[in-house]
Amino acid sequence: MTWEIVLRVALVAVAFLTLPLLVGQTEHKVMAHMQARLGPMYAGAFHGWAQLIADGVKFAQKEDLTPREADGPVFRLAPAVALLPYLLVLLVIPLGPGDLVGQPLDVGLFFVLAIVGVGVVAVLMAAWASANKYALIGGLRAAAQLLGYELPFVLAAASVAMAAGSLSLPQIVASWRPWWLLWQLPAMLVFFVAGLAEIRRPPFDMPIADSELVFGYLTEYTGLRFAFFLLAEYVGIVVISALTAALFLGGWHGPWADSVGWLWMLLKTALVAFVVIWLRVAWPRLREDQLQRLCWLILVPVALAQLILTAAVRVALQ
Amino acid sequence: MSIPGAGLGKGLAVTLKTLVSPSITQQYPDVAPELPPRSRGVIALREENCTVCMLCSRECPDWCIYIDSHKEEVVVPGAARPRQRNVLDRFDIDFSLCMYCGICIEVCPFDALYWSPEFEYAEYDIRDLLHDKDRLGEWMATVPPPPPHDPNGEPSKEETAVAKRAGTA
Repeated sequence: MTWEIVLRVALVAVAFLTLPLLVGQTEHKVMAHMQARLGPMYAGAFHGWAQLIADGVKFAQKEDLTPREADGPVFRLAPAVALLPYLLVLLVIPLGPGDLVGQPLDVGLFFVLAIVGVGVVAVLMAAWASANKYALIGGLRAAAQLLGYELPFVLAAASVAMAAGSLSLPQIVASWRPWWLLWQLPAMLVFFVAGLAEIRRPPFDMPIADSELVFGYLTEYTGLRFAFFLLAEYVGIVVISALTAALFLGGWHGPWADSVGWLWMLLKTALVAFVVIWLRVAWPRLREDQLQRLCWLILVPVALAQLILTAAVRVALQ
Repeated sequence: MSIPGAGLGKGLAVTLKTLVSPSITQQYPDVAPELPPRSRGVIALREENCTVCMLCSRECPDWCIYIDSHKEEVVVPGAARPRQRNVLDRFDIDFSLCMYCGICIEVCPFDALYWSPEFEYAEYDIRDLLHDKDRLGEWMATVPPPPPHDPNGEPSKEETAVAKRAGTA
């Protein structure tokens, strides 16, 4: 029993360390080709496959700076706080049918939503502790954005939980049916958009808007701590993609799900991650007021309407 | 009346189309670039064609061509008196000044200057960009052959001259 837990945690850790790099490399290449470039071509000799490893080595060599006016311990702790929640989230996302999941949790969805919300603490810690005006503005923007988008995020997730009648992620995936694609479509869109905003990906990258805020709450970070924040962003993509795939796209459902269910889950996750990258390349950044408007005037009402629809269909079916 | 959000769709379509079409990046140091046949890379000198008329040097907007010469007497057997001929001592082009306008090549009446497509002659020291007549002569090997005559064009001056001479003689 003990070795099984160790094995599961080790596998989740491996996924935590490799999947973000895969997404990062895909982003390098996809973004390059979408801009009629080639992207990294030298690192690792074959189409720059080792570019992110080279980047990691570079980050590790850089000087670890803490600004004199910064709040040292908080400043140094923030990257870990940003990174850790996503690791814990990966633990409860089901990969395949049965118990092919890091740790089956009855309140999995609740756990996920609660722990993703910790991200805002990391951002505020980094922003305040940096003692830098750009970092502070970026951090406050991020706080407003994350708190605002938390609501449609949770409401959309609640809709699918209501449809499945369970908070356990494996349970939700197991009770998923293809016609839910249509029934939960608005919730899926709201969840995906709010998820993008949660991980501060373009077009919701107002907190780190580099053309006006240098790099927002990351301005003062260098070296490995900066790399941790970057890693957190890419784990965030993996987590949001995997959650969207698990909650709304049916996770491991697909032909021969019993044997290759995990492959379906990975495929769907990769597809959503591709869309995340695609949106970054294609769309401009939302202005701060547009960003809040989208959240409160579009996403929240749509999510509430979806909740009513879900409840109505559930009652009608019984 | 445009549909709201049409621009978002267009952005996605454009990026997707670019994604699936081949990229335009050239892998330059690894793969030699495909240059147009008459590219202006460097100026080559055919020394034996030069008569030291100095036209190129005078027409050069940057004054980047340096020419020195001396006269030699050539005794032609049977002639009443020895002839004089210019001998080229120095023909330098300073490529740190040259702006690649090609006027020297256009103006040369004796076809002593040519465009060569070679371009990899960067130097660490700017003084090394001064190419002497031997260096300029080495570039001659890289000059491409002239383009063939346009089959629908007028016949060349040489051809009409020969024909005229043959007709009148």
